[in-house]
Amino acid sequence: MPDTANALLCTENLCVGYGERPILQDVSLRIPHGKITALLGPNGCGKSTLLKTLVRLLTPQSGRVSWKGEALHRLPSRQVARQLALLPQTQPIPEGIRVRELVAYGRSPYTGFWGKLSAEDRDAVASAMSATGIEPLADRLVSELSGGQRQRAWLATTLAQDTDYLLLDEPTTYMDLNHQVELMHLLRQLNQRGKTVISVLHDINQASRYCDHLVVMHQGQIVAEGKPDAILTPELLRQVFSVDAEIHTDPLAGTPMCVVR
Amino acid sequence: MNPALRTGLILCFAVAAAAAMNLQLGAVNLPFTAVLLGLQSGHENYFIVHELRLPRLLLALIVGASLALAGVLVQGVIRNPLASPDLLGVSQGASLAAVILIALYPEVSSLWLPVVSLLGALAAAMILWLLCGRHASPIKIAITGVALAAFYASAIDFVMLTRPQNLNDALLWLTGSLWGRSWEQLWLVLPAVALMPLAVGLCQRLNLNNLGDDYATTLGSAVPQTRFMALALAVGLTAASVAVCGPIGFIGLMAPHLARRLVGGRHQRLIPVVMLTGALLLLLADLATRIIKPPIELPAGIMTAILGGPYFIYLLKKVR
Repeated sequence: MPDTANALLCTENLCVGYGERPILQDVSLRIPHGKITALLGPNGCGKSTLLKTLVRLLTPQSGRVSWKGEALHRLPSRQVARQLALLPQTQPIPEGIRVRELVAYGRSPYTGFWGKLSAEDRDAVASAMSATGIEPLADRLVSELSGGQRQRAWLATTLAQDTDYLLLDEPTTYMDLNHQVELMHLLRQLNQRGKTVISVLHDINQASRYCDHLVVMHQGQIVAEGKPDAILTPELLRQVFSVDAEIHTDPLAGTPMCVVR
Repeated sequence: MNPALRTGLILCFAVAAAAAMNLQLGAVNLPFTAVLLGLQSGHENYFIVHELRLPRLLLALIVGASLALAGVLVQGVIRNPLASPDLLGVSQGASLAAVILIALYPEVSSLWLPVVSLLGALAAAMILWLLCGRHASPIKIAITGVALAAFYASAIDFVMLTRPQNLNDALLWLTGSLWGRSWEQLWLVLPAVALMPLAVGLCQRLNLNNLGDDYATTLGSAVPQTRFMALALAVGLTAASVAVCGPIGFIGLMAPHLARRLVGGRHQRLIPVVMLTGALLLLLADLATRIIKPPIELPAGIMTAILGGPYFIYLLKKVR
Protein backbone atom coordinates (compact mmCIF):
# COMPACT_ATOMS: atom_id res chain seq x y z
CA MET A 1 0.00 0.00 0.00
CA PRO A 2 1.26 3.50 -0.76
CA ASP A 3 2.07 5.93 1.99
CA THR A 4 -1.29 6.16 3.71
CA ALA A 5 0.15 5.57 7.17
CA ASN A 6 0.66 9.32 7.70
CA ALA A 7 -2.68 10.29 6.13
CA LEU A 8 -4.22 13.47 7.54
CA LEU A 9 -7.54 13.30 5.70
CA CYS A 10 -9.41 10.06 6.28
CA THR A 11 -12.92 8.71 6.10
CA GLU A 12 -14.29 5.90 8.25
CA ASN A 13 -17.33 3.87 7.15
CA LEU A 14 -18.76 6.89 5.40
CA CYS A 15 -22.39 6.77 4.22
CA VAL A 16 -23.67 9.87 2.43
CA GLY A 17 -27.00 10.49 0.78
CA TYR A 18 -30.68 10.25 1.45
CA GLY A 19 -33.10 7.42 2.03
CA GLU A 20 -32.46 3.73 1.61
CA ARG A 21 -29.87 3.85 -1.16
CA PRO A 22 -27.17 6.26 -0.09
CA ILE A 23 -24.82 7.64 -2.74
CA LEU A 24 -21.76 6.58 -0.76
CA GLN A 25 -21.84 3.27 1.07
CA ASP A 26 -19.36 2.42 3.77
CA VAL A 27 -16.41 4.27 2.28
CA SER A 28 -13.21 4.09 4.30
CA LEU A 29 -10.35 5.93 2.70
CA ARG A 30 -7.00 7.36 3.72
CA ILE A 31 -5.77 10.08 1.39
CA PRO A 32 -1.98 9.75 0.99
CA HIS A 33 -0.38 12.93 2.31
CA GLY A 34 1.83 14.88 -0.09
CA LYS A 35 0.63 12.99 -3.18
CA ILE A 36 -1.72 13.53 -6.09
CA THR A 37 -4.80 11.36 -5.74
CA ALA A 38 -7.35 10.86 -8.50
CA LEU A 39 -10.95 9.80 -7.88
CA LEU A 40 -12.14 7.81 -10.89
CA GLY A 41 -15.31 6.06 -11.86
CA PRO A 42 -18.33 6.27 -14.15
CA ASN A 43 -20.95 9.04 -13.82
CA GLY A 44 -23.04 8.64 -10.70
CA CYS A 45 -20.48 6.46 -8.90
CA GLY A 46 -20.27 8.95 -6.04
CA LYS A 47 -16.83 10.46 -6.69
CA SER A 48 -18.04 14.08 -6.60
CA THR A 49 -20.11 13.29 -3.52
CA LEU A 50 -17.03 11.90 -1.84
CA LEU A 51 -15.04 15.01 -2.76
CA LYS A 52 -17.74 17.29 -1.34
CA THR A 53 -17.93 15.28 1.85
CA LEU A 54 -14.16 15.58 2.27
CA VAL A 55 -14.54 19.37 2.52
CA ARG A 56 -17.76 18.92 4.54
CA LEU A 57 -20.09 20.46 1.98
CA LEU A 58 -22.16 17.34 2.63
CA THR A 59 -22.85 15.84 6.04
CA PRO A 60 -22.53 12.08 6.31
CA GLN A 61 -25.52 9.97 7.34
CA SER A 62 -23.13 7.82 9.29
CA GLY A 63 -19.39 7.37 9.57
CA ARG A 64 -17.08 10.34 9.72
CA VAL A 65 -14.41 12.38 8.02
CA SER A 66 -11.37 13.11 10.13
CA TRP A 67 -8.77 15.79 9.56
CA LYS A 68 -5.52 15.49 11.49
CA GLY A 69 -7.24 13.03 13.81
CA GLU A 70 -10.16 15.30 14.67
CA ALA A 71 -13.74 15.10 13.45
CA LEU A 72 -13.88 17.51 10.48
CA HIS A 73 -17.40 18.74 11.18
CA ARG A 74 -16.40 20.01 14.64
CA LEU A 75 -13.67 22.36 13.41
CA PRO A 76 -14.31 26.12 12.98
CA SER A 77 -15.14 26.92 9.36
CA ARG A 78 -12.43 29.55 8.87
CA GLN A 79 -9.82 27.14 10.17
CA VAL A 80 -11.00 24.48 7.71
CA ALA A 81 -11.00 27.08 4.91
CA ARG A 82 -7.31 27.74 5.54
CA GLN A 83 -6.42 24.06 5.19
CA LEU A 84 -8.78 22.53 2.61
CA ALA A 85 -9.77 24.24 -0.63
CA LEU A 86 -12.24 22.96 -3.20
CA LEU A 87 -12.69 23.96 -6.81
CA PRO A 88 -16.27 22.85 -7.60
CA GLN A 89 -17.19 21.65 -11.07
CA THR A 90 -19.39 24.62 -11.95
CA GLN A 91 -19.98 28.01 -10.36
CA PRO A 92 -22.36 30.85 -11.14
CA ILE A 93 -20.70 33.68 -13.07
CA PRO A 94 -20.41 36.66 -10.71
CA GLU A 95 -21.76 39.88 -12.25
CA GLY A 96 -19.48 42.86 -12.62
CA ILE A 97 -16.46 41.26 -10.94
CA ARG A 98 -12.95 41.54 -12.38
CA VAL A 99 -10.52 38.64 -12.40
CA ARG A 100 -8.23 40.35 -9.86
CA GLU A 101 -11.20 40.82 -7.49
CA LEU A 102 -12.30 37.22 -7.91
CA VAL A 103 -8.84 35.90 -7.05
CA ALA A 104 -8.72 38.21 -4.03
CA TYR A 105 -11.94 36.62 -2.73
CA GLY A 106 -9.84 33.48 -2.26
CA ARG A 107 -8.12 35.32 0.59
CA SER A 108 -11.29 35.74 2.61
CA PRO A 109 -10.45 33.00 5.16
CA TYR A 110 -7.58 35.30 6.19
CA THR A 111 -9.12 38.78 5.90
CA GLY A 112 -11.56 40.54 8.19
CA PHE A 113 -15.27 41.10 7.55
CA TRP A 114 -14.51 43.91 5.10
CA GLY A 115 -12.16 41.80 2.96
CA LYS A 116 -9.28 44.28 3.12
CA LEU A 117 -6.06 42.75 1.79
CA SER A 118 -2.76 42.86 3.68
CA ALA A 119 0.62 42.86 1.90
CA GLU A 120 0.79 39.11 2.43
CA ASP A 121 -2.67 38.69 0.88
CA ARG A 122 -1.60 40.73 -2.15
CA ASP A 123 1.47 38.53 -2.60
CA ALA A 124 -0.68 35.40 -2.45
CA VAL A 125 -3.07 36.85 -5.06
CA ALA A 126 -0.19 37.82 -7.34
CA SER A 127 1.51 34.43 -7.14
CA ALA A 128 -1.79 32.57 -7.71
CA MET A 129 -2.39 34.66 -10.84
CA SER A 130 1.12 34.09 -12.13
CA ALA A 131 0.99 30.33 -11.45
CA THR A 132 -2.16 30.03 -13.56
CA GLY A 133 -0.96 32.49 -16.20
CA ILE A 134 -3.93 34.82 -15.90
CA GLU A 135 -2.06 38.07 -15.18
CA PRO A 136 -2.96 39.43 -18.65
CA LEU A 137 -6.65 38.91 -17.77
CA ALA A 138 -6.43 40.63 -14.36
CA ASP A 139 -8.60 43.62 -15.29
CA ARG A 140 -11.11 41.74 -17.43
CA LEU A 141 -14.61 40.97 -16.19
CA VAL A 142 -15.05 37.32 -15.22
CA SER A 143 -18.27 37.28 -17.27
CA GLU A 144 -16.30 38.17 -20.43
CA LEU A 145 -13.87 35.27 -20.23
CA SER A 146 -14.01 32.08 -22.26
CA GLY A 147 -14.78 28.82 -20.44
CA GLY A 148 -11.13 27.80 -20.21
CA GLN A 149 -9.97 31.24 -19.10
CA ARG A 150 -12.69 31.34 -16.47
CA GLN A 151 -11.68 27.92 -15.18
CA ARG A 152 -8.11 29.18 -14.75
CA ALA A 153 -9.38 32.27 -12.91
CA TRP A 154 -11.33 30.03 -10.52
CA LEU A 155 -8.27 27.84 -10.07
CA ALA A 156 -6.23 30.95 -9.20
CA THR A 157 -8.89 31.88 -6.61
CA THR A 158 -8.58 28.43 -5.09
CA LEU A 159 -4.77 28.70 -5.07
CA ALA A 160 -4.96 32.12 -3.40
CA GLN A 161 -6.66 30.35 -0.53
CA ASP A 162 -3.17 28.93 0.15
CA THR A 163 -4.22 25.61 1.63
CA ASP A 164 -2.06 22.51 2.05
CA TYR A 165 -4.79 20.40 0.49
CA LEU A 166 -6.33 21.18 -2.87
CA LEU A 167 -9.48 19.37 -4.00
CA LEU A 168 -10.71 19.69 -7.57
CA ASP A 169 -13.88 18.41 -9.24
CA GLU A 170 -13.16 17.59 -12.89
CA PRO A 171 -10.95 20.64 -13.35
CA THR A 172 -10.08 19.89 -16.99
CA THR A 173 -13.62 19.45 -18.28
CA TYR A 174 -14.08 22.81 -20.03
CA MET A 175 -10.48 23.24 -21.13
CA ASP A 176 -8.76 22.96 -24.48
CA LEU A 177 -6.18 20.19 -24.68
CA ASN A 178 -3.22 22.55 -24.21
CA HIS A 179 -4.76 24.04 -21.09
CA GLN A 180 -5.54 20.57 -19.77
CA VAL A 181 -1.89 19.63 -20.11
CA GLU A 182 -0.83 22.91 -18.51
CA LEU A 183 -3.20 22.33 -15.63
CA MET A 184 -1.93 18.82 -14.96
CA HIS A 185 1.65 20.12 -15.04
CA LEU A 186 0.68 22.89 -12.68
CA LEU A 187 -0.83 20.37 -10.27
CA ARG A 188 2.46 18.46 -10.40
CA GLN A 189 4.42 21.62 -9.62
CA LEU A 190 2.12 22.51 -6.74
CA ASN A 191 2.50 18.96 -5.46
CA GLN A 192 6.29 19.23 -5.62
CA ARG A 193 6.03 22.39 -3.54
CA GLY A 194 4.24 20.39 -0.87
CA LYS A 195 0.54 20.52 -1.69
CA THR A 196 -1.60 17.42 -1.49
CA VAL A 197 -3.94 17.28 -4.48
CA ILE A 198 -7.17 15.29 -4.72
CA SER A 199 -8.98 15.51 -8.01
CA VAL A 200 -12.00 13.93 -9.61
CA LEU A 201 -10.94 13.12 -13.15
CA HIS A 202 -12.80 11.74 -16.14
CA ASP A 203 -9.84 10.68 -18.21
CA ILE A 204 -8.22 7.49 -16.93
CA ASN A 205 -5.03 8.02 -18.94
CA GLN A 206 -4.65 11.56 -17.64
CA ALA A 207 -5.09 10.25 -14.11
CA SER A 208 -2.66 7.41 -14.61
CA ARG A 209 -0.03 9.69 -16.12
CA TYR A 210 -0.11 12.52 -13.60
CA CYS A 211 -1.37 11.01 -10.34
CA ASP A 212 0.40 8.95 -7.70
CA HIS A 213 -2.64 7.28 -6.27
CA LEU A 214 -5.88 6.23 -7.94
CA VAL A 215 -9.16 5.60 -6.14
CA VAL A 216 -11.63 3.79 -8.42
CA MET A 217 -15.26 3.92 -7.42
CA HIS A 218 -18.32 2.06 -8.59
CA GLN A 219 -21.89 2.36 -7.29
CA GLY A 220 -20.94 4.31 -4.20
CA GLN A 221 -18.09 2.09 -3.10
CA ILE A 222 -14.34 1.94 -3.59
CA VAL A 223 -13.47 -1.05 -5.78
CA ALA A 224 -9.74 -0.49 -6.15
CA GLU A 225 -7.08 1.88 -4.93
CA GLY A 226 -3.35 2.13 -5.29
CA LYS A 227 -0.59 3.14 -7.69
CA PRO A 228 -1.71 3.28 -11.34
CA ASP A 229 0.48 0.36 -12.47
CA ALA A 230 -0.65 -1.75 -9.56
CA ILE A 231 -4.37 -1.45 -10.02
CA LEU A 232 -5.19 -0.68 -13.67
CA THR A 233 -6.16 -4.00 -15.23
CA PRO A 234 -8.49 -5.00 -18.08
CA GLU A 235 -10.71 -6.74 -15.51
CA LEU A 236 -11.10 -3.55 -13.47
CA LEU A 237 -12.01 -1.52 -16.57
CA ARG A 238 -14.55 -4.13 -17.59
CA GLN A 239 -16.06 -4.28 -14.14
CA VAL A 240 -16.25 -0.51 -13.54
CA PHE A 241 -16.63 1.10 -16.96
CA SER A 242 -18.01 -1.91 -18.90
CA VAL A 243 -15.38 -1.51 -21.61
CA ASP A 244 -13.19 -4.07 -23.29
CA ALA A 245 -9.73 -2.53 -23.07
CA GLU A 246 -6.06 -3.34 -23.05
CA ILE A 247 -3.44 -1.83 -20.79
CA HIS A 248 -0.24 -0.70 -22.52
CA THR A 249 2.71 1.31 -21.34
CA ASP A 250 2.64 4.98 -22.27
CA PRO A 251 5.68 5.32 -24.58
CA LEU A 252 6.60 8.74 -23.16
CA ALA A 253 5.71 8.63 -19.49
CA GLY A 254 6.09 4.92 -18.87
CA THR A 255 2.76 4.89 -17.03
CA PRO A 256 -0.07 2.45 -17.78
CA MET A 257 -2.39 3.55 -20.54
CA CYS A 258 -5.76 2.14 -21.38
CA VAL A 259 -6.68 1.53 -25.01
CA VAL A 260 -10.24 0.54 -25.71
CA ARG A 261 -10.64 -2.33 -28.16
CA MET B 1 -8.30 59.30 -8.33
CA ASN B 2 -9.85 55.87 -7.87
CA PRO B 3 -12.63 55.68 -10.52
CA ALA B 4 -15.17 54.25 -8.08
CA LEU B 5 -14.49 57.09 -5.64
CA ARG B 6 -14.88 59.61 -8.45
CA THR B 7 -18.21 58.05 -9.45
CA GLY B 8 -19.31 58.26 -5.83
CA LEU B 9 -18.38 61.93 -5.56
CA ILE B 10 -20.13 62.80 -8.81
CA LEU B 11 -23.25 61.03 -7.53
CA CYS B 12 -23.03 62.92 -4.22
CA PHE B 13 -22.88 66.15 -6.17
CA ALA B 14 -25.85 65.12 -8.35
CA VAL B 15 -27.88 64.20 -5.26
CA ALA B 16 -27.06 67.56 -3.68
CA ALA B 17 -28.06 69.40 -6.85
CA ALA B 18 -31.32 67.45 -7.14
CA ALA B 19 -32.01 68.11 -3.46
CA ALA B 20 -31.53 71.85 -3.96
CA MET B 21 -33.90 71.76 -6.93
CA ASN B 22 -36.47 69.83 -4.90
CA LEU B 23 -36.43 72.63 -2.33
CA GLN B 24 -36.69 75.36 -4.94
CA LEU B 25 -39.14 74.07 -7.53
CA GLY B 26 -42.80 73.14 -7.30
CA ALA B 27 -46.12 74.90 -7.40
CA VAL B 28 -44.20 77.98 -6.22
CA ASN B 29 -40.66 78.43 -7.51
CA LEU B 30 -38.28 79.94 -5.01
CA PRO B 31 -34.78 81.32 -5.56
CA PHE B 32 -32.09 79.61 -3.52
CA THR B 33 -31.72 82.50 -1.06
CA ALA B 34 -35.45 82.29 -0.32
CA VAL B 35 -35.03 78.59 0.42
CA LEU B 36 -32.28 79.35 2.95
CA LEU B 37 -34.39 82.07 4.59
CA GLY B 38 -37.40 79.76 4.58
CA LEU B 39 -35.57 77.34 6.86
CA GLN B 40 -35.86 79.88 9.70
CA SER B 41 -39.09 79.88 11.60
CA GLY B 42 -41.26 82.96 11.16
CA HIS B 43 -40.19 83.58 7.57
CA GLU B 44 -42.93 83.84 4.92
CA ASN B 45 -41.63 80.71 3.13
CA TYR B 46 -41.17 78.73 6.33
CA PHE B 47 -44.25 76.62 5.73
CA ILE B 48 -43.39 75.73 2.13
CA VAL B 49 -39.72 75.08 2.74
CA HIS B 50 -39.53 73.70 6.26
CA GLU B 51 -42.90 72.03 6.64
CA LEU B 52 -43.57 70.78 3.11
CA ARG B 53 -40.46 70.46 1.01
CA LEU B 54 -37.71 69.69 3.50
CA PRO B 55 -39.31 66.61 5.14
CA ARG B 56 -40.40 65.39 1.74
CA LEU B 57 -36.86 65.78 0.44
CA LEU B 58 -35.40 63.86 3.37
CA LEU B 59 -38.05 61.19 2.94
CA ALA B 60 -37.19 60.81 -0.75
CA LEU B 61 -33.50 60.43 0.14
CA ILE B 62 -34.14 57.75 2.75
CA VAL B 63 -36.83 55.84 0.87
CA GLY B 64 -34.92 55.94 -2.42
CA ALA B 65 -31.74 54.71 -0.74
CA SER B 66 -33.64 52.04 1.24
CA LEU B 67 -35.46 50.58 -1.76
CA ALA B 68 -32.27 50.55 -3.83
CA LEU B 69 -30.30 48.90 -1.03
CA ALA B 70 -33.07 46.33 -0.55
CA GLY B 71 -32.79 45.62 -4.29
CA VAL B 72 -29.06 44.93 -4.04
CA LEU B 73 -29.58 42.69 -1.02
CA VAL B 74 -32.30 40.65 -2.73
CA GLN B 75 -30.29 40.37 -5.94
CA GLY B 76 -27.26 39.33 -3.91
CA VAL B 77 -29.25 36.48 -2.41
CA ILE B 78 -31.26 35.41 -5.46
CA ARG B 79 -28.23 35.91 -7.76
CA ASN B 80 -30.30 37.35 -10.55
CA PRO B 81 -30.22 40.94 -11.81
CA LEU B 82 -33.97 40.78 -12.48
CA ALA B 83 -34.73 40.14 -8.82
CA SER B 84 -36.06 43.02 -6.73
CA PRO B 85 -37.67 43.53 -3.32
CA ASP B 86 -41.07 43.05 -5.02
CA LEU B 87 -40.07 39.43 -5.44
CA LEU B 88 -40.50 38.80 -1.73
CA GLY B 89 -44.18 39.77 -1.71
CA VAL B 90 -43.42 42.25 1.07
CA SER B 91 -44.69 45.39 -0.64
CA GLN B 92 -47.78 43.56 -1.87
CA GLY B 93 -48.43 42.36 1.67
CA ALA B 94 -48.14 45.94 2.89
CA SER B 95 -50.46 47.09 0.11
CA LEU B 96 -53.08 44.49 0.96
CA ALA B 97 -53.10 45.57 4.60
CA ALA B 98 -53.35 49.23 3.58
CA VAL B 99 -56.15 48.63 1.08
CA ILE B 100 -58.12 46.60 3.63
CA LEU B 101 -57.83 49.50 6.06
CA ILE B 102 -58.81 52.11 3.48
CA ALA B 103 -61.68 50.14 1.98
CA LEU B 104 -63.18 48.41 4.99
CA TYR B 105 -62.46 50.89 7.77
CA PRO B 106 -62.61 54.33 6.16
CA GLU B 107 -63.47 55.90 9.53
CA VAL B 108 -60.06 55.01 11.02
CA SER B 109 -57.57 57.88 11.02
CA SER B 110 -55.10 57.80 8.12
CA LEU B 111 -52.30 58.11 10.67
CA TRP B 112 -52.79 54.37 11.26
CA LEU B 113 -52.07 53.65 7.60
CA PRO B 114 -48.26 53.37 7.93
CA VAL B 115 -48.55 51.21 11.03
CA VAL B 116 -51.02 48.83 9.43
CA SER B 117 -49.05 48.53 6.19
CA LEU B 118 -45.84 47.97 8.15
CA LEU B 119 -47.57 45.11 9.94
CA GLY B 120 -48.78 43.80 6.57
CA ALA B 121 -45.24 43.87 5.20
CA LEU B 122 -43.82 42.05 8.20
CA ALA B 123 -46.63 39.48 8.13
CA ALA B 124 -45.90 38.83 4.45
CA ALA B 125 -42.22 38.32 5.28
CA MET B 126 -43.12 35.92 8.09
CA ILE B 127 -45.34 33.89 5.76
CA LEU B 128 -42.54 33.67 3.20
CA TRP B 129 -40.15 32.55 5.89
CA LEU B 130 -42.54 29.93 7.27
CA LEU B 131 -43.12 28.52 3.78
CA CYS B 132 -39.45 28.45 2.77
CA GLY B 133 -37.64 27.65 5.98
CA ARG B 134 -34.18 28.69 6.90
CA HIS B 135 -32.22 26.63 4.40
CA ALA B 136 -34.26 27.29 1.27
CA SER B 137 -32.49 27.67 -2.06
CA PRO B 138 -32.61 31.11 -3.72
CA ILE B 139 -34.86 29.87 -6.49
CA LYS B 140 -37.36 28.47 -4.00
CA ILE B 141 -37.48 31.80 -2.18
CA ALA B 142 -38.00 33.64 -5.48
CA ILE B 143 -40.78 31.37 -6.75
CA THR B 144 -42.60 31.31 -3.41
CA GLY B 145 -42.29 35.11 -3.14
CA VAL B 146 -43.68 35.66 -6.64
CA ALA B 147 -46.59 33.30 -5.96
CA LEU B 148 -47.39 35.06 -2.68
CA ALA B 149 -47.14 38.47 -4.36
CA ALA B 150 -49.60 37.36 -7.03
CA PHE B 151 -51.94 36.08 -4.34
CA TYR B 152 -51.82 39.39 -2.42
CA ALA B 153 -52.36 41.32 -5.66
CA SER B 154 -55.54 39.40 -6.43
CA ALA B 155 -56.72 39.84 -2.84
CA ILE B 156 -56.19 43.60 -3.30
CA ASP B 157 -58.29 43.53 -6.49
CA PHE B 158 -60.97 41.58 -4.69
CA VAL B 159 -61.17 44.08 -1.83
CA MET B 160 -61.24 47.07 -4.19
CA LEU B 161 -63.91 45.57 -6.44
CA THR B 162 -66.17 44.62 -3.57
CA ARG B 163 -65.76 48.00 -1.81
CA PRO B 164 -65.58 50.51 -4.67
CA GLN B 165 -66.60 53.46 -2.42
CA ASN B 166 -63.01 54.22 -1.45
CA LEU B 167 -61.39 53.08 -4.67
CA ASN B 168 -59.69 56.42 -5.29
CA ASP B 169 -57.94 56.59 -1.96
CA ALA B 170 -56.82 52.99 -2.30
CA LEU B 171 -55.52 53.51 -5.85
CA LEU B 172 -53.64 56.63 -4.83
CA TRP B 173 -51.94 54.76 -2.02
CA LEU B 174 -51.15 51.81 -4.30
CA THR B 175 -49.26 53.99 -6.78
CA GLY B 176 -46.78 55.13 -4.15
CA SER B 177 -46.22 58.80 -3.53
CA LEU B 178 -44.42 61.33 -1.39
CA TRP B 179 -47.30 63.79 -1.60
CA GLY B 180 -48.56 65.14 1.70
CA ARG B 181 -45.84 63.37 3.70
CA SER B 182 -44.25 65.42 6.43
CA TRP B 183 -42.14 65.22 9.58
CA GLU B 184 -44.45 62.67 11.30
CA GLN B 185 -43.84 60.16 8.50
CA LEU B 186 -40.14 60.89 8.48
CA TRP B 187 -39.77 59.50 12.00
CA LEU B 188 -41.36 56.28 10.80
CA VAL B 189 -38.62 55.58 8.23
CA LEU B 190 -35.73 56.38 10.55
CA PRO B 191 -35.43 52.69 11.57
CA ALA B 192 -34.54 52.01 7.93
CA VAL B 193 -31.58 54.37 8.32
CA ALA B 194 -30.44 52.31 11.30
CA LEU B 195 -30.48 49.16 9.13
CA MET B 196 -28.17 50.64 6.49
CA PRO B 197 -24.86 50.18 8.39
CA LEU B 198 -25.80 46.56 9.03
CA ALA B 199 -26.06 46.00 5.29
CA VAL B 200 -22.63 47.55 4.83
CA GLY B 201 -21.32 44.97 7.30
CA LEU B 202 -22.52 42.17 4.99
CA CYS B 203 -20.50 43.36 1.97
CA GLN B 204 -17.81 40.67 1.86
CA ARG B 205 -20.27 37.91 2.74
CA LEU B 206 -22.48 38.96 -0.17
CA ASN B 207 -19.45 38.99 -2.49
CA LEU B 208 -18.68 35.41 -1.53
CA ASN B 209 -22.33 34.37 -1.88
CA ASN B 210 -22.14 35.39 -5.52
CA LEU B 211 -19.51 32.70 -6.08
CA GLY B 212 -22.06 29.96 -5.40
CA ASP B 213 -23.05 28.16 -2.22
CA ASP B 214 -20.31 25.52 -2.42
CA TYR B 215 -17.52 27.94 -3.09
CA ALA B 216 -18.63 30.42 -0.42
CA THR B 217 -18.88 27.60 2.10
CA THR B 218 -15.39 26.27 1.39
CA LEU B 219 -14.12 29.84 1.84
CA GLY B 220 -15.47 29.65 5.38
CA SER B 221 -18.57 31.79 4.85
CA ALA B 222 -21.87 30.75 6.44
CA VAL B 223 -24.16 30.92 3.41
CA PRO B 224 -27.61 30.28 4.98
CA GLN B 225 -26.83 32.85 7.68
CA THR B 226 -25.81 35.49 5.13
CA ARG B 227 -28.92 34.79 3.10
CA PHE B 228 -31.17 35.13 6.11
CA MET B 229 -29.57 38.36 7.31
CA ALA B 230 -29.62 39.96 3.85
CA LEU B 231 -33.27 39.08 3.29
CA ALA B 232 -34.25 40.24 6.78
CA LEU B 233 -32.57 43.60 6.13
CA ALA B 234 -34.23 43.88 2.72
CA VAL B 235 -37.59 43.18 4.33
CA GLY B 236 -37.01 45.82 7.01
CA LEU B 237 -35.93 48.45 4.49
CA THR B 238 -38.80 47.71 2.12
CA ALA B 239 -41.39 47.53 4.88
CA ALA B 240 -40.41 50.90 6.35
CA SER B 241 -40.43 52.53 2.92
CA VAL B 242 -43.70 51.04 1.73
CA ALA B 243 -45.42 51.82 5.01
CA VAL B 244 -44.79 55.52 4.55
CA CYS B 245 -44.84 56.05 0.79
CA GLY B 246 -46.78 53.12 -0.57
CA PRO B 247 -45.21 50.74 -3.06
CA ILE B 248 -42.93 52.91 -5.21
CA GLY B 249 -41.95 50.44 -7.87
CA PHE B 250 -38.84 49.76 -9.92
CA ILE B 251 -36.30 51.70 -7.84
CA GLY B 252 -35.17 48.44 -6.28
CA LEU B 253 -34.66 47.09 -9.78
CA MET B 254 -33.22 50.06 -11.67
CA ALA B 255 -30.84 51.46 -9.07
CA PRO B 256 -28.90 48.22 -8.49
CA HIS B 257 -28.47 47.68 -12.19
CA LEU B 258 -27.33 51.25 -12.86
CA ALA B 259 -24.98 51.14 -9.90
CA ARG B 260 -23.49 47.83 -11.03
CA ARG B 261 -22.79 49.37 -14.41
CA LEU B 262 -21.08 52.32 -12.74
CA VAL B 263 -18.83 50.54 -10.22
CA GLY B 264 -19.14 46.77 -10.78
CA GLY B 265 -20.41 44.03 -8.51
CA ARG B 266 -18.11 44.28 -5.49
CA HIS B 267 -20.48 45.18 -2.66
CA GLN B 268 -18.02 47.43 -0.81
CA ARG B 269 -18.42 49.85 -3.71
CA LEU B 270 -21.83 48.78 -4.94
CA ILE B 271 -23.72 49.40 -1.70
CA PRO B 272 -22.77 53.08 -1.16
CA VAL B 273 -23.25 53.84 -4.85
CA VAL B 274 -26.62 52.10 -5.08
CA MET B 275 -27.97 54.10 -2.14
CA LEU B 276 -26.94 57.35 -3.83
CA THR B 277 -28.43 56.15 -7.13
CA GLY B 278 -31.73 55.20 -5.52
CA ALA B 279 -31.95 58.50 -3.65
CA LEU B 280 -31.21 60.40 -6.86
CA LEU B 281 -33.83 58.47 -8.85
CA LEU B 282 -36.57 59.11 -6.31
CA LEU B 283 -35.61 62.79 -5.92
CA LEU B 284 -35.82 63.27 -9.69
CA ALA B 285 -39.08 61.30 -9.95
CA ASP B 286 -40.64 63.38 -7.19
CA LEU B 287 -39.36 66.60 -8.72
CA ALA B 288 -40.82 65.63 -12.10
CA THR B 289 -44.23 64.94 -10.57
CA ARG B 290 -44.30 68.46 -9.14
CA ILE B 291 -43.04 70.49 -12.09
CA ILE B 292 -44.74 68.78 -15.03
CA LYS B 293 -48.11 70.46 -14.50
CA PRO B 294 -48.28 72.47 -11.26
CA PRO B 295 -50.24 72.70 -9.08
CA ILE B 296 -51.46 69.22 -10.02
CA GLU B 297 -49.18 66.49 -8.70
CA LEU B 298 -48.77 63.00 -10.06
CA PRO B 299 -47.72 60.24 -7.67
CA ALA B 300 -43.96 59.57 -7.76
CA GLY B 301 -44.76 55.89 -8.21
CA ILE B 302 -46.16 56.67 -11.66
CA MET B 303 -42.93 58.36 -12.69
CA THR B 304 -40.77 55.46 -11.52
CA ALA B 305 -43.11 53.03 -13.30
CA ILE B 306 -42.98 55.02 -16.56
CA LEU B 307 -39.18 54.82 -16.42
CA GLY B 308 -38.96 51.40 -14.82
CA GLY B 309 -41.29 49.40 -17.07
CA PRO B 310 -39.27 49.93 -20.26
CA TYR B 311 -36.06 49.53 -18.27
CA PHE B 312 -37.21 46.13 -17.07
CA ILE B 313 -37.94 45.04 -20.63
CA TYR B 314 -34.49 46.27 -21.67
CA LEU B 315 -32.93 44.25 -18.83
CA LEU B 316 -34.96 41.20 -19.73
CA LYS B 317 -33.69 41.33 -23.30
CA LYS B 318 -30.13 41.84 -22.17
CA VAL B 319 -30.10 39.03 -19.62
CA ARG B 320 -31.77 36.62 -22.15
